[in-house]
Amino acid sequence: MNGPPMTKWTFRLLALTLAMTACDKKAETASGTAGGETTVKIGQISPLTGPQAHLGKDNDNGARLAIDEINAAGVLLGGKKVKFVLVSQDDIADPRTATVVAQKLVDQRVAGVIGHLNSGTSIPASKIYLDAGIPQISPSATAIAYTAQGFKTAFRVMTNDRQQGKVLGEYAVKNMGAKRIAIIDDRTAYGQGLADEVDKAVKASGGEVIAREFTTDRSTDFLAILTSIKSKMPDLVFFGGMDAQGAPMVKQLQSLGLKAKFLGGDGVQTAEFLKLAGNNAEGVTASSPGLPIDSMPGGKEFRQKFTDRFGTIQTYAPYAYDAVNVMVDAMKQADSAEPARYLAELPRIQRAGVTGNISFDEKGDIRGGAITLYQVKGGKWEVQETVMGDADPKK
Amino acid sequence: MDILTQQLINGLVLGSIYALVALGYTMVYGILELINFAHGEVTMFGAMICLAVIGAIVSSGAEVNGLLIVSLGLLAAMAVCGALGFLIERVAYRPLRRAPRLAALITAIGMSIVLQNAAMLIWGKQYITFPPLLPLARYDIGGAVITNLQIFIVLLSCLLMAGLLLLIRHTRLGRAMRATAQAQDIAGLMGINVNTIISITFVIGAALAAVAGVMVSAYYGLAHYFMGFMLGLKAFTAAVLGGIGNIAGAMLGGLLLGLIESFGAGYIGALTGGFLGSHYQDVFAFFVLILVLVIRPSGLLGERVVERA
Amino acid sequence: MIERWQKLRYDRRAAWAAYIALGLLLVLLPFLTGETLGRGWVRILDFTLLYIMLALGLNIVVGYAGLLDLGYIAFYAVGAYTYALLASPHFDLHLPFWALLPIGAGVAGIFGILLGAPTLRLRGDYLAIVTLGFGEIIRIFLTNLNAPVNITNGPQGINLIDPVAFGSFSFSETHTFFGITFPGIYTYYYLFLTLALLVIFVSLRLQNSRIGRAWVAIREDEVAAEAMGINTRNIKLLAFAMGASFAGISGGLFAGFQGFISPESFNLFESIIVLCMIVLGGMGNIGGVILGAVLLTVFPEALRYLGELQSFVFGRLLVDATDLRMLIFGLALVLIMIFRPAGLLPSVRRRHEFDSDASVLAQEQTSLYDTRR
Repeated sequence: MNGPPMTKWTFRLLALTLAMTACDKKAETASGTAGGETTVKIGQISPLTGPQAHLGKDNDNGARLAIDEINAAGVLLGGKKVKFVLVSQDDIADPRTATVVAQKLVDQRVAGVIGHLNSGTSIPASKIYLDAGIPQISPSATAIAYTAQGFKTAFRVMTNDRQQGKVLGEYAVKNMGAKRIAIIDDRTAYGQGLADEVDKAVKASGGEVIAREFTTDRSTDFLAILTSIKSKMPDLVFFGGMDAQGAPMVKQLQSLGLKAKFLGGDGVQTAEFLKLAGNNAEGVTASSPGLPIDSMPGGKEFRQKFTDRFGTIQTYAPYAYDAVNVMVDAMKQADSAEPARYLAELPRIQRAGVTGNISFDEKGDIRGGAITLYQVKGGKWEVQETVMGDADPKK
Repeated sequence: MDILTQQLINGLVLGSIYALVALGYTMVYGILELINFAHGEVTMFGAMICLAVIGAIVSSGAEVNGLLIVSLGLLAAMAVCGALGFLIERVAYRPLRRAPRLAALITAIGMSIVLQNAAMLIWGKQYITFPPLLPLARYDIGGAVITNLQIFIVLLSCLLMAGLLLLIRHTRLGRAMRATAQAQDIAGLMGINVNTIISITFVIGAALAAVAGVMVSAYYGLAHYFMGFMLGLKAFTAAVLGGIGNIAGAMLGGLLLGLIESFGAGYIGALTGGFLGSHYQDVFAFFVLILVLVIRPSGLLGERVVERA
Repeated sequence: MIERWQKLRYDRRAAWAAYIALGLLLVLLPFLTGETLGRGWVRILDFTLLYIMLALGLNIVVGYAGLLDLGYIAFYAVGAYTYALLASPHFDLHLPFWALLPIGAGVAGIFGILLGAPTLRLRGDYLAIVTLGFGEIIRIFLTNLNAPVNITNGPQGINLIDPVAFGSFSFSETHTFFGITFPGIYTYYYLFLTLALLVIFVSLRLQNSRIGRAWVAIREDEVAAEAMGINTRNIKLLAFAMGASFAGISGGLFAGFQGFISPESFNLFESIIVLCMIVLGGMGNIGGVILGAVLLTVFPEALRYLGELQSFVFGRLLVDATDLRMLIFGLALVLIMIFRPAGLLPSVRRRHEFDSDASVLAQEQTSLYDTRR
């Protein structure tokens, strides 16, 4: 260890630090007024790398589309023209990283946050947003615990596991006429949460849960659990998990000659599922929170615009799109992008979004929580029926 | 009984895929004593390249037989992965051959991260489907079902493994490989070009991994840039179970692990009176592994470790 | 210049001055970082300190005793869950912090022995895969022990964990001393810094103790060590237990700091990263391990500025920055190891071996983590 190289390194490190500081400072000044236009930053956090990157990117695209549309239409707040900027961060679906990037968005003085994708990241980050007084609207976190913390800054435009699980369980027994039901989940917060609620609802509606089997969100081989399910002769298999597991599962189910209906949640009700499962998708039923996109005002145009720009909608892009719009609606009503001022307006928002009618209850959950059931017919998701959720989801 | 047969079939197919990937781990380990963490990623590249070739042929609109398209994709995947294996050894492992072994382990991990993210950049973040090009047939064996694809996977794996065994036991190249594995320096003195032999080992291992990758994506109908991680981990476990460094051990370990997983998921509930369910499938597999290693510290077919005097 | 520098190294006054400057820097660091880079970076500092503790724990097992452990994060998980279960509404237990930390360390230490005992006969890569399996087993149990009896709350994780607190002084709240405001992440920084210094101190003392020398002896040659009268079984178990208890402390702090834990935080990749930290920095050398931990926590975060850097250099965004981040991280791992195979700051013993002749090197190669031959 001698002198000169050491100092050289110190200089390099110093230069790097300075460069980084400059970057942050540049971002800082961007929130001020520039050229008669006020810039307002809205954060978006989802996993943009790692195994869930395709879902994270989808949320990012949905939010970006909304921001660009809003900017094109032009918004006046406090008499000044406002330009919205989307600041995206990657939380790699990791709770620890989620808190770091959440803190960074707070540093950059974002007016609000759309995110995170997962419940496991939304929950630890929500504490940071609460402390900073910044509203957070998650497009896709479903864990009950997220809004049960009683944080006034936490909202979601997606139904929680209980709301959706109840509808799915009742639908399986009452509408699909299933008596013997097998339930599989992927041991993620999402899959397990939903499956447990479906389990309860099936039993409450007089159905029988004949098997609970488990897999992981990295698996592709389900033959072993499907074989043991087959021996118990179910007439319906419910899967709590995502399309990437759901699609091969349906294929393997059919290759084993298991003649049971297949039911999934919003993780399965995707265009990706149709692509991955191909012909085997025929007859699969799945639910999706909200009303059918094509029946909503602006829904068809949204789908068109999104597809033109980013390709097929993966899963939660429409919810991210709605989340941004709801947030901006609140700003318009408060006539301010100050978090403290428009936060008070969020609980009073009524919006007909592309995923349905959005308003929040006192906990920040979506009120009513309509859930639509779809079935694959001729390679397309066909609307079966929309079930209005309970007015009081606590029951 | 039909359930037992079915689980046996499930396990055998899964096991032969594991075995094929495990061969790559074990060959590299046998010769360099290096856990080639990037091997799972090579498998993923195999699947991706095959799908890219298939996609190109299908979208060009040429009227070609489905089987032929898949074979072309498979060959392309084997060629590219072979080159990739060569490159990985050259870039990441050769400079470290005289370095502490843990250093090479870290470059292997680094390579694995690089390959994974490179695949993400090249082929995107989405899952990619394997087009239904292969004619599918199902056969009924006493209540259990087996598909032609499953039979094909097991047969091809067995064929490749037998070929590899023949190569290693009965050819000049095989003898050179064995010599290099036993004592690199002395093999060099005997006129064996050690570097070439090591490169060939990597190329063969990577080509086999490519076959496994194509089989996996055809079997499950999809591929994803993250698919190599779990597969690699399982295959590595299989290689250790059989005795790492031992070719026959890798095959045995692979088949065994496939069967353990299959029967574990199917029967663990009944075995533990419903206390543990199929979510403990991997625990069961690792438990068997630990048990085997505690009784036989160098795996089922591994050489006995000689304590240095 | 070089001579002057070397003279400085042996100058006591200069050494004291350097220590005081370093101490001052460490004390002021959160404020300096918070003011320039923002509080997000203070949070990164906090996590860096946690990783330093983790890495120093693993350094005992891998660096000192030469036992390759790929499931180390399991002990971190055990520490975190011990804290969370005993201080959260989940079981409605709320133990005080001074009791939680030793319990967490103790429980993790016991797990360390439980893992160590069956693996005593295994060497090198066989040990690696068994420890890897053990790490996965712990994670799977944490994910699934929500039924039939709900112990860990399964994949949903445990929320609303009590923050670290001494009496009524909670570390997660903003405090004001002498007119200076200390936000929660700043007070946590000082707590973590104190504990990290304690861990460093223990590591240093261990290194030069009888036990430390026994570990090195086992690492270099187990048979010879046994012949010299070292009880290899106990000494190995001690290494596992000590390493695990460091991780247990770190895990407990993580749970209190984060307020929420779930099994996904304790996956295999975390184990691999901690291993990378110590190998990259320089195994067996405390300074190297600290450097490795700092680099591997700060570097991926610094790479987030790639986008800005690209637009700064090229005037526009060429490739999506987030997509490049991990690619560059992987490349950096490969390159550092190729150019500095013994780590950035190798331990004195290793450096000697590297600088001396090839025969010692060859010996090194065969003695460390060897199974064959």
